[in-house]
Amino acid sequence: MSEEKTDLLDVQIDGVWHKFPKGTRMIEACKQAGVEVPHYCYHPKLTSPGNCRMCLVEMGMPPRPAPGAEPAEPDEDGHLPISWMPRPVIACANTIGPNMGIKTTGPLTEGCREGVMELLLANHPLDCPICDQAGECSLQEFSVEHGKGESRFREQKVKKPKNVEVGPRIRLDDERCIMCSRCVRFTDEIADDPVLGFTDRGSHTVLTVYPGRELANNYSMNTVDICPVGALTSNDFRFQMRVWFMKETNTIDVNCATGANTTVFTRQGKIYRITPRQNNDVNSDWMPDSHRLNFHWIESEARLTEPLVLDGDHHRPATWSEALTKSADKLSALKGSEIAVIASARMTNEELLITNRLVKHLDAGHVDTVPRIEENDGYLIAADRNPNTNGVKLILGLDDPGSQLDAIREGIEQGRIKGLIVLQENLVGDAGFSGELLGKLDFLLTTYPLANPTADLADVVLPGACWAEKSGTMINVTGRLQRLNKVVDGPGATLEPWEIVRDLIQATGGGNGIYAATDLFKQLAEQVSEFSGISWEQIGDLGLPLIETGETIPLIEREKERIASGLVVG
Amino acid sequence: MAKVVERPKLKWWEQLYLPALLSGMRVTLGHLIRNLSGKTKVTMQYPEEKWDEHLPEHYRGAPALVTDEQDRERCVACQLCEFICPPRAITIKPEEIPSDDKWAKVEKRPKAFDIDMIRCIYCGLCEEVCPEQAIFLRKDYAITGTSRAEMVHDKERLYEIGGKRDGLVNKWNELK
Repeated sequence: MSEEKTDLLDVQIDGVWHKFPKGTRMIEACKQAGVEVPHYCYHPKLTSPGNCRMCLVEMGMPPRPAPGAEPAEPDEDGHLPISWMPRPVIACANTIGPNMGIKTTGPLTEGCREGVMELLLANHPLDCPICDQAGECSLQEFSVEHGKGESRFREQKVKKPKNVEVGPRIRLDDERCIMCSRCVRFTDEIADDPVLGFTDRGSHTVLTVYPGRELANNYSMNTVDICPVGALTSNDFRFQMRVWFMKETNTIDVNCATGANTTVFTRQGKIYRITPRQNNDVNSDWMPDSHRLNFHWIESEARLTEPLVLDGDHHRPATWSEALTKSADKLSALKGSEIAVIASARMTNEELLITNRLVKHLDAGHVDTVPRIEENDGYLIAADRNPNTNGVKLILGLDDPGSQLDAIREGIEQGRIKGLIVLQENLVGDAGFSGELLGKLDFLLTTYPLANPTADLADVVLPGACWAEKSGTMINVTGRLQRLNKVVDGPGATLEPWEIVRDLIQATGGGNGIYAATDLFKQLAEQVSEFSGISWEQIGDLGLPLIETGETIPLIEREKERIASGLVVG
Repeated sequence: MAKVVERPKLKWWEQLYLPALLSGMRVTLGHLIRNLSGKTKVTMQYPEEKWDEHLPEHYRGAPALVTDEQDRERCVACQLCEFICPPRAITIKPEEIPSDDKWAKVEKRPKAFDIDMIRCIYCGLCEEVCPEQAIFLRKDYAITGTSRAEMVHDKERLYEIGGKRDGLVNKWNELK
């Protein structure tokens, strides 16, 4: 690395000299110099075929002396004069050279861009009013900057297939396609499922799926994100909401331990879509379809919106104070050793910290979380489907989460455990607790976003906010501390789990002065050595490496290799 | 700063007030005579009488959706009017046109299109921004109702007000 750093080349961009490491692409050098070069096919995570021709720039090198002539003299700063080439070059696939000059303005470059735009728009259907990409479409944006505003094309536009189902989650409109081939390269290079390709070369070129196959892999929706136009659109998001209405919130995915960085798009408290957000240490630019589509249940009919207490054989709505007082009465009648707490590895570090305080306050005999170990998919989905198992290990001090569940089951069976507090978990559905077993308890309290079989049996059911309705931090599979940000307000009387636990401690006689998740993070920084010296603000949008776990994310490791071999920029 | 206004000194015949009364009566009688002889136009007796047929073409009344010669609903639910609407009177829910529909190639249409006429300020920006020539301000101005809900024009009502409009750009023609 240090060797590369010293190998800096002088490059003049729009008349200003800069220094860049050898091997930098011209387009990246321009970007670092603060000059945007418009492009469609280039994507830093994919190879550069250079086929859209939008990034053409004027380039020059020092003149080669004629035989016998004196070489050019450098000026007082050591720069040689530049002799500009009469023809433009593409900035995406070419690397910089010593003493190179790049002009991103001027008649040659601007003429090229206008020409490319005019040809791209010649056959483009102007159906922006119905196109989901409108508002975030590169073709729209660049046609404002470099387009003519009026078409000189008087002939009939080429007809191509429209509204084609290329996969279960993707719709293709071939007329809108500008043949950038980003999707083709993504499915080939990243998703290892090369089902897309161009056929019928010429003016009738179309993007097609291999006969008999479909674009169905679990990463297919990333092609929608990288499509610079509206050729590939998501069935799930199709015609749901125009992009300019939506508010973007940066947060993380909670469906597995990878904790892919995401942007959640909402309008008026409703989530419309989730897209990956670039973080080269976690998820690159991608995320799995299964995770990005797992948000519709937030608006489900089964959402718990107010506290419920068991009255005879059915639940009735209660106020928070009534539900908490009832819980406190029941819990204080029990001895500490008769109480077990089952928390969740889907909870944030802050929630786990205050849960730990609850455990100590009640002097509970058992504490555990529900493990979710499945297969690692070899890309971004970690084997651990809990987002914060590392947080559980650090904060609750459980070395092997899930190992005590059997002991808790046995304790309930033998009547040693009489009270059970279940936080954000559905024991019957996810941890193999039978309803019969839970029926033996004197007191069962659960918090969960949705109505579930465990809640059916509980004496007190509290509506706990889901991931989109709370703030906090989580530690991913590689030991990276990342921030989960609140996206929407919870429905009805829902409270964030840390608030519920705080109120529960207060109701059972413990005092505290915590009013925000950030207060808890401050205490976390004081009480857990790994967090010492870290502030909430410091974590930022991209997170911080916190602990060493020795685990890696396969897709990120492959990307590092591809960057090292110079295939992609990264 | 206070400004002192001098009270005018009236002449003796001005102090009688009779000349002023008489000149006033002259104006009144003049109007009476012109009225009786039919030379003066009087105030229109709204709402028994209306000015509707004289409204200019550019009159900005209630916004409404239109269909075209082929009876196609022109709105494709792009939601630009919802975006531009200064008082946020418009709410649109888009939907996909089913594949067996005659106009399936248009792909998108409004499932619900509500304009809250309590909010509408008749500015005409929705008509101006519409890329499909689907929404026009018509000459309906007396929009009344007995409840807030009644003042919200739904899609059906909007098409009823808008009606069919000829001579619009036929963008979704057979070549499309």
